[in-house]
Amino acid sequence: MVQLTLPKNSQITEGKVWPKPTGANRLTEYKIYRWNPDDGKNPSVDTYYVDRDDCGPMVLDGLIWIKNQIDPTLTFRRSCREGICGSCAMNIDGTNTLACLKSMDDVDASAVKIYPLPHMPVVKDLVPDLTQFYAQHASVEPWLHTETPAPEKEWRQARGDREKLDGLYECILCACCSTSCPSYWWNGDRYLGPAALLQAYRWLIDSRDEATGDRLDDLEDPFRLYRCHTIMNCAKACPKGLNPAKAIAEIKKMMVARQF
Amino acid sequence: MSTSSGSTSMRTPRRRVAGLGSARSGTGHFWLQRVTALSNLILVVICLPIVIGMAGQGHAGVVATLGNPLVAIALLLLLLSVCMHMRIGMQVVIEDYVHAEGAKVLALIANSFFTIAVGFAGAFAILKISFGG
Repeated sequence: MVQLTLPKNSQITEGKVWPKPTGANRLTEYKIYRWNPDDGKNPSVDTYYVDRDDCGPMVLDGLIWIKNQIDPTLTFRRSCREGICGSCAMNIDGTNTLACLKSMDDVDASAVKIYPLPHMPVVKDLVPDLTQFYAQHASVEPWLHTETPAPEKEWRQARGDREKLDGLYECILCACCSTSCPSYWWNGDRYLGPAALLQAYRWLIDSRDEATGDRLDDLEDPFRLYRCHTIMNCAKACPKGLNPAKAIAEIKKMMVARQF
Repeated sequence: MSTSSGSTSMRTPRRRVAGLGSARSGTGHFWLQRVTALSNLILVVICLPIVIGMAGQGHAGVVATLGNPLVAIALLLLLLSVCMHMRIGMQVVIEDYVHAEGAKVLALIANSFFTIAVGFAGAFAILKISFGG
């Protein structure tokens, strides 16, 4: 059966409460998942207080402030701080999103609760191991496949066909969608997940690609594609406002269309 | 069938994702699930008033109602549609949550046996009453 409870060594314990910064007027409380592979301890949730007058408005600003001012061992990924790189995806206030796009003021709870992306192996603290996620993306061969010899200049595309890629090409592979999907939690070893399937559809619908049939053959599988039960967490979580569930439904429609 | 059992630690991530390759199936089930959902809806709308109308009638009344071939055929079609829908739906649940290969295969076989047995028992009952009880 699927494992519905956390294994003993993953159960979360009470962590350290770090002292409030002195002289701060406006404080925001952060509760952050901590786990260090080297100390042999269970994960814990540490409490920090961020001085809002000394810090930017986003959740990521708070994390960077904590790392610089309070606890340099706090580990997380970040790079562009403007929603383009997808590095700082994490579970904030119960929803997968990008820390750089989430304002501290938009968190409903009294404390900003931060956990790593759900159901992924943790490397350390807020850093998940996304090796399999990237391998799944690579498995849909997200590049142009053609039989026709390459033209002298570029492969041409009608304006309307180019517009079909809108809402698909913007994906930044942050993994917020796939790691929010219960089907991906239970069967992530065989189900490709919303992010990989959105990219699969991006190439299926590309008018220049000549391997549509082969691509559909590779996806036509009870697990790779059909584990999607239209739960829609993916669309709700996507910090870029994309709709992977719709892309998956379009793939299923293509599967049916080629039967008749 | 997955290849997850046994040691996978030396395999590359791409090899693990590739598994045993695409089964090249699933669309039939996906389509049939939707078609039987539609037929369930239509047949329930037809059969529900018939079944409600029979409530409280004695044996002779039920035999007379089901003696009408249109009624008997509608009920048989509903039974077929529901059993097919139930089998596919339960199969999806088993595939989602039962991961041990042996238990999964046994559960899938039991699912088939159960729905076929329920279907045939129901069909026998309808036909028996329809032909005079």
